Amino acid sequence: MTAHERNASDRAARSSPPTAAAPRPGRRRGVELSLLAAAVLVCVYGYAEVGLARSGSVPPGTLGYGAGLAALALVAHLAVRARAGYADPLLLPIAVLLNGIGLVLIYRLDLEPSLGPRAEPSQLVWSATGVALFALAVLALRDHRVLARYAYVCGTLALALLVVPILFPAVNGARIWVRIAGFSLQPGEFAKVLLAVFFAGHLSANRAALAYAGRRIARLRAVPWLGRLQLPTGRVLGPVLAVWLLSVGVLVLERDLGTSLLFFCLFVVMLYVATGRTGWIAVGLLLAAAGAVAVGAAEPHVHSRVEDWLHPFATVDAGLGPNQLAQSLFSFAGGGVLGAGLGQGYSYTIGFAAKSDFVLATAGEEVGLAGLCALLLLYALLVERGFRAGLSLRDPFGRLLATGLASILALQVFVITGGVMDLIPLTGMAMPFLAQGGSSVVTNWLIVAVLIRASDRARRPEGGAG
Amino acid sequence: MNRCIRHAAAFCLLLLLALLANAVRVQVLRAGEFDANPANRRIAVARFADPRGDIFAAGRRITGSRPTGGQLRYARTYTDGPLYAPVTGFSSQVYGASLLEGTEDGVLSGTDGRLASQPLWHELTRARQRGGDVHTTIDPDAQRAAYAGLAGRRGAVAALDPATGRILALVSSPSYDPAALAGAGPQAAEAWQRLTSDPDQPMLDRAIRQTYPPGSTFKVVTAAAGLERGRITDLRAPTDSPDPYPLPGTSVRLGNESGGCADASVYDAFRISCNTVFAKLGADLGPGAVAAQAERFGFNDAGLRIPTRVAASTVDTAMSADRTALSSIGQFDTRATPLQMAMVAAAVGDGGRLMTPYLVDRVTDHSGLTVATTRPKVLRQAVSARTAGALQELMEAAVADGTGGNAAIPGAAVGGKTGTAQHGEANEGTPYAWFISYARPPGAARAAVAVAVVVEDAGAVRADISGGGNAAPIAREVMRAVLDSPAAPAAPAPPDAAGAPGASGASGAFSPPEPAVSGPGESRRRSPGP
Repeated sequence: MTAHERNASDRAARSSPPTAAAPRPGRRRGVELSLLAAAVLVCVYGYAEVGLARSGSVPPGTLGYGAGLAALALVAHLAVRARAGYADPLLLPIAVLLNGIGLVLIYRLDLEPSLGPRAEPSQLVWSATGVALFALAVLALRDHRVLARYAYVCGTLALALLVVPILFPAVNGARIWVRIAGFSLQPGEFAKVLLAVFFAGHLSANRAALAYAGRRIARLRAVPWLGRLQLPTGRVLGPVLAVWLLSVGVLVLERDLGTSLLFFCLFVVMLYVATGRTGWIAVGLLLAAAGAVAVGAAEPHVHSRVEDWLHPFATVDAGLGPNQLAQSLFSFAGGGVLGAGLGQGYSYTIGFAAKSDFVLATAGEEVGLAGLCALLLLYALLVERGFRAGLSLRDPFGRLLATGLASILALQVFVITGGVMDLIPLTGMAMPFLAQGGSSVVTNWLIVAVLIRASDRARRPEGGAG
Repeated sequence: MNRCIRHAAAFCLLLLLALLANAVRVQVLRAGEFDANPANRRIAVARFADPRGDIFAAGRRITGSRPTGGQLRYARTYTDGPLYAPVTGFSSQVYGASLLEGTEDGVLSGTDGRLASQPLWHELTRARQRGGDVHTTIDPDAQRAAYAGLAGRRGAVAALDPATGRILALVSSPSYDPAALAGAGPQAAEAWQRLTSDPDQPMLDRAIRQTYPPGSTFKVVTAAAGLERGRITDLRAPTDSPDPYPLPGTSVRLGNESGGCADASVYDAFRISCNTVFAKLGADLGPGAVAAQAERFGFNDAGLRIPTRVAASTVDTAMSADRTALSSIGQFDTRATPLQMAMVAAAVGDGGRLMTPYLVDRVTDHSGLTVATTRPKVLRQAVSARTAGALQELMEAAVADGTGGNAAIPGAAVGGKTGTAQHGEANEGTPYAWFISYARPPGAARAAVAVAVVVEDAGAVRADISGGGNAAPIAREVMRAVLDSPAAPAAPAPPDAAGAPGASGASGAFSPPEPAVSGPGESRRRSPGP
């Protein structure tokens, strides 16, 4: 986008109706800094409490952990202050708080020798990497609209990333890992952001066709929605549908149920937001239901997940002992309303995925329903701030992108929380920021970076430097 | 587009609400059900997460804890496990707990509210309380003497301090090492399998959980009934008793193991253990009288706890005359635990007053601060002091010049009664050798120790003398151990010697779990023994 175009769009924004000229919030960087300080304090307190509960003394690493987290928060804050002065002041503190709590939970689970080697140091490194990339993105990406130019690159890259793990051996039944020189990556995580960029770029670029089609048949409101769907299909939907089908197909091959579900929902949501057609949701739901039934029946890995969901205690009744899901439910129930206290639960009984897929069970047991609700509300706030950025932006690409990214966060939280609490079938996915997993932490920091960039644009006063 | 974004946001809100509702379902509504699921290891893990409190005998730990390195972090260890097994019971990670380990589990595991210094705060924080310690009344010397005396033969010993009801020894043989059951591994399962299928029943606490026909030792009860009812007025006067004695209404003729029983005085009949005299005395008194006297000694009481439940000793209250006659010499269906017979001896030795037996002296928190003390309680006056005096005369004669000679301790007044209980189909089983006794230190007015001993496989000698031969020496060694003990049984006295209910001050006295009938403030204490 050239400077001329930018000025044109600014002029267009200035000439928009008075409703858009609502009072703009200030920069609020001081608010962000104080919230960051509070977030770091909460996390340090949690860290100390784990040590106090376990060994009766504040763990020696507390100071280092606190200093590290504070340094990360400060780096991120300075980056935001330098290049995104008008960004939403809630996004960064929530991300830091969630990441800090995640580190506390992983540190706490590291104290259980039965759960394998310590994961907290590497998680700390990954978090630092995430924050570094966040800062880099905020500093380098002057305008989120630049991303629209790379929509098709992103789409291709996403597909490539999704295909790569097929070449690597399966881990725990899912072929979603790439292991190189001791490092393991989950390329599907990065694909989430890339795919959102691709959808947003493609749909917004073809918005004219969508809008035109919408106007054309505006007169035919009485006609059933099926008649209206045909118009954009060929030109606009072709590439999106292709990419989407490919990715979901690949994911099903890789048995990454969570991510395929996520992509499916993401696609439906973004298509709905771009076209404004309720029909797409109906189609999406129908397709989803059909796909779920087909996959659930044909694929034994999925089938067992569905069985576990319907009968979480079947293995107990069969005398084989509780499975992971049953252990997870025991953990949540053990926490009750107020929780057992950090460090005082038994969620390690869940076993091998306690630090990743089931990390929420530890939160549920040790901080209870109250703490779990607080965590979910933090996520809700993060998602809401994403949607708010989407609502306030004036460029269609930005609005679609922010909506898509916010939806990704919301869907991830729903799929994993619903899975470990037996609301929906369990699908392997990482709880944003909380779960052990480098790719996930880095990806979520990038999502927050883009949202920061988008919210900065959304909240920037008109005519300001931008 | 804004409308659609808002719809998307609303959809996310719906997802959030679904999650919150589901969280309430799992963590509140169905939490109880999940907690109670037998596959949920939380309770077991929490239970063994910290070392248990310990059980003490005379200030020494007889239990301990070892880290297992497993999910259940601490397992029980036992010092002299087989010796103290009838006291401690076992605490297993798999098979639960028994005896004191079971009844005092709240204290030992730290869940007992008395251990919390700030109960309300404890309730709020749900912080784990360190397990407290249970101090037993056991006298290790007496315990050891009894165990050594049984020497692996099947049998049991119970010893009491008559003045207080403190249980000084509780031994069952053959015994087992509870440590074998402590862990959760295959060894524990193997040990459990072996111990529960062992025909010798090593895990049976014979001292309090097994009842035996008391045999001739029950003659103390029959004599007490006769004295209390005025049937016996002169111990030395000859009785009108034939030898053999035809059981009323039958053609069965009851004989004696020794001669000189025809028309023998109660004194002689007791001394040489004449069946005929006491069978006739019981038949003459009628079933109600003997049973009522037995109940005053503690028979037919299924509620006795020390705090471990004690099997009820039984005597029939309504029987035909012949059966009453047999009952009165401890046969037919009269059955007693060794502890019950020790209580009989203790009541006689203590002037007729029967104290509630108890095994837990006090409970301390892990720092040693006493949080509860057991106050001695009178269970009831079993016989009048006068009757007790007469019974003492009889029992001391049995030791000094009768069947119980093996129990004599130079310098101490020892009263005893032998018994040989026949049992099995047509009395084919090997007789049980019994001996009950008390010992009074020189110069003391009341007994310092009362003992009951049962030896199951008492050799084939079907003579009353087998009680004296097999069981009496064991009783003697136990009594000697108590009398010789530097810390005489009454020495670690509870602080409320004055007997005032609140006299235990800050330690917060508690009542034994079974508040048996007792006189108010009846915790009068004897002066220490030798």
